[in-house]
Amino acid sequence: MMALIEPHLPALQVVIPLVAAPFCMMLGRGGLAWIFASVVSLATFVISIALFAQTYDGTIISYHMGGWAPPIGIEYRVDILNAFVLLIVSGSAALVLPYARSSVAAEIPAERQALFYTAFLLCVAGLLGVTITGDAFNVFVFLEISSLATYALVASGAWANKRALTAAYNYLIMGTIGATFFVIGIGMLYSVTGTLNMADLAVRIADHGDSSTLRMGFVLILLGIGLKLAMFPLHLWLPNAYAYAPSAVTAFLAATATKVAVYVMLRFMFTVLGFDYEFQADTLRMVVLPLAIIAMFAASLVAIFQDDLKRMLAYSSVAQIGYILLGLSLLNETGITASIVHLFNHAVTKAALFMVAGCFIFSAGTSSISKLAGVGRDMPWTTAAFVAGGLSLIGLPLTVGFISKWYLVLATLELGWWPVALMIMASSLLAIIYVWRVVEVAYLQPAPAGVTRKEAPLSMLIPTWIFVGLSVWFGVNAMLTATAAGRAASALIGSSHILWKD
Amino acid sequence: MSNENLLLLAIAIPALTPFLLALFGKLPNLRDAVSVVASIATFAAVLHLLLAVIDGARPAISLLEVMPGLVLGFEIEPLGMLFATVASGLWIPTSLYSIGYMRGAHEKKQTRFAICFAIAIAAAVGIAFSGNLFTLFIFYEVLTISTYPLVAHKETPEAKKGARTYLAILMTTSILFLLVALIWTWNITGTTEFRAGGILEGHIDPALVPFLLALFAFGIGKAALMPFHRWLPAAMVAPTPVSALLHAVAVVKAGVFTMLKVGTYIFGVGFLSKTGAADWLMWLAAASILIASIVAITKDDLKARLAYSTVSQLSYITLGVALATQMGVVGGAMHIVTHAFGKIALFMCAGAIYVAAHKTKISQLDGLGRKMPITFFCFTIAALSIIGLPPFAGAWSKWYLMIAAAETSHLIIIGVLMVSSLLNVAYLLPIPARAFFLKSKDDDANGKIEEAPLFCLLPICFAALGCVVIFFTIGGLYEYLLNIPILPESLP
Repeated sequence: MMALIEPHLPALQVVIPLVAAPFCMMLGRGGLAWIFASVVSLATFVISIALFAQTYDGTIISYHMGGWAPPIGIEYRVDILNAFVLLIVSGSAALVLPYARSSVAAEIPAERQALFYTAFLLCVAGLLGVTITGDAFNVFVFLEISSLATYALVASGAWANKRALTAAYNYLIMGTIGATFFVIGIGMLYSVTGTLNMADLAVRIADHGDSSTLRMGFVLILLGIGLKLAMFPLHLWLPNAYAYAPSAVTAFLAATATKVAVYVMLRFMFTVLGFDYEFQADTLRMVVLPLAIIAMFAASLVAIFQDDLKRMLAYSSVAQIGYILLGLSLLNETGITASIVHLFNHAVTKAALFMVAGCFIFSAGTSSISKLAGVGRDMPWTTAAFVAGGLSLIGLPLTVGFISKWYLVLATLELGWWPVALMIMASSLLAIIYVWRVVEVAYLQPAPAGVTRKEAPLSMLIPTWIFVGLSVWFGVNAMLTATAAGRAASALIGSSHILWKD
Repeated sequence: MSNENLLLLAIAIPALTPFLLALFGKLPNLRDAVSVVASIATFAAVLHLLLAVIDGARPAISLLEVMPGLVLGFEIEPLGMLFATVASGLWIPTSLYSIGYMRGAHEKKQTRFAICFAIAIAAAVGIAFSGNLFTLFIFYEVLTISTYPLVAHKETPEAKKGARTYLAILMTTSILFLLVALIWTWNITGTTEFRAGGILEGHIDPALVPFLLALFAFGIGKAALMPFHRWLPAAMVAPTPVSALLHAVAVVKAGVFTMLKVGTYIFGVGFLSKTGAADWLMWLAAASILIASIVAITKDDLKARLAYSTVSQLSYITLGVALATQMGVVGGAMHIVTHAFGKIALFMCAGAIYVAAHKTKISQLDGLGRKMPITFFCFTIAALSIIGLPPFAGAWSKWYLMIAAAETSHLIIIGVLMVSSLLNVAYLLPIPARAFFLKSKDDDANGKIEEAPLFCLLPICFAALGCVVIFFTIGGLYEYLLNIPILPESLP
């Protein structure tokens, strides 16, 4: 049985949630659909663990869809980098779904819940597809599957707050513009090379050398993905989408959507596009790097002045994406390691924090910080989870945030870029301010009279604390994540067709 | 039990005590008994280790690899052993004192207080036993976080403000400077281990050494070197046991201890004196000593005055490192001990005065000496020790620091130390003098005041007695401190 399934794991990784989604819709009201979606997401999680285990030593799995060999057929190509990202996506889905039960029941009417879980599975399938495929056009297709599902998921926050509709609409417009840029960029690559397979593209682009079409394609892909991953200043869709989406959706998106987009960026910048080192490196270092630094400061500063906890965390996400982009635009191995390891580290931290926000909404009926006075006494476990996640956001030792910061600063010091190292640290001081503002309100202000708040249900607390636990565990013992990220980075650089000059 | 297990035990006992404390939160007597027993057990473990270290043992243990190449590990050497002994030893009288103080002053949330206190001690012992700079940094941050709730304990607006300053300065300096210094060290040497004679020599351009040293000196905010000293006076809003043990001993000494450790085992004393990289630090420490003393004179709030006195006294130890000789290190390390006993006694007296008479200002103390003779007698002894007069402990550490200054022919530094002693006289002795010799303006209100509860009084007497005993037993301590390796271990 296993021997029969094992060679097809890469296909099953995407096919299972994709096929399961329409069935989920037929399961009527809430409960069954939720159980079905949970089982499916658990199965995809098991598959990605298996794929990660197979690729951890550097093996590359190449799977030919329908037996058609690339570059004619579609190839699924799993190496340690995308196995790592697959693990993040499917793991988050498997952990968010148990949490979603109570949270969704409170935020979405029963007759719509089956549709909600359908969209959720589609989103998971799309994100997994983007990550696993080795075909550039296939990336676009799956990106649209996940994005369309995401627009629906964000809009489903409308039962709690009508603003979710405008947020989803904004996201739709911006996301579609991004996707259009992206697909035009791929078209330009195709016009020069005549192929869509990434590995094949890489070889042909390197042979072809510099040309204005390739440059244009590069810029369009960068812009398109920049929109999808909320690169400053293309992040405007993100805060509202995260703030008004249902809590479970926000937790899932924050952990996965932008991470997958970053993966696509890494893949295109380093594996596929290798036509001219000077031009590409200059673009990354002169454009992306300054924007990343601005994001670190500007978004953190804005976060300090938010009253809504979810919006605050959303702006913090924009800042954290800044760290990820900074790492990869440093263009050295340690920097790329920092980016990859932060994909995971930020995913677990932010998922935990958004889940905390969801617990507050569920039990206290609000995510407005000023209304959470004294909540530390009424909801001790939820608030403690916020503190633990917040410490990781700041980057204190014994949390995953510290590991990321360590590699990021090390990468800048290896280049001798002093001011950048100090800027990274200075921006994490801003995180102290926005995290501690909440801590002070929650613990040091008396609860308003007459307010009763119960601790969140265990079905929400346990997934939250699992994420908190992960963000501590991999902060204390980062060997697995740091090694995987290091290997992924060196594989990226090793396979890169750009001539490495530092 | 092997020394390695004892080492882990010395950290594990205070680290695990909070669970018991939380369990007995509703039973105050049992809870406080747990605190006391834990402090005694910790000290017993540390004492065993001390005896082993005196016999030449150097227990070491690696727990786990956090990131490739970066190990969470412990190793005991004489300096860390000394700090652990002081911090855990003084935890016993402080936990007794806390019982008297917290109940006497009717403080709320005593369980949370006891829990955070125990974690802070665990962090301090962890700092003392850290085998590398990476491990030390981890415990350094744990100490910051665990003491924040203690500073904010009263939950009043002033407490919140003070705690905010506390956290802001300690976090800012440690993340902005210390962490960068740590990663820089790792980047150029490929290790963060503490090694006799230092690890930096040969790996760094000598012109850059002063900058790295600056990142360390300012990054170790807990050493309260000016201009990053503001957190210490801000922390005085905490209940007095916190000010006594943490902000006169554990936290601040963790700072200067880290300075000593970085000076001897990361830079290496020889490397510092050869490159002259620490000269600027010496002058800054000297300025810090004098300025903080002068500020102390202007403070009417008793705890604020003591806090500025601590800022000044801590710079003695930084000065010891900056002088970059063996005597400087010995004098600095000795000052960790002598200042600990003196300052903890002073703070405990301040707390006793608050519990018994609800007075916090020096100008209110007139005539109190007759009501609380034991408290003020002990205050006088501790003050004389801080000033550095024989036959009290503080005399010796100043003596060795002066020898270090003389050896390096920095006559001005000797002058600074002397002037500082005079300033100490000016801000410390008026306090008992007012209490004993001036007459109170409103005798009626003071009529009912008597000595603080026995739980407060006994620890005070113990600490004051310590100031005298250490003076007469200094020979042993001096011999012990000569074991701190200064030169690189010669290859076999």
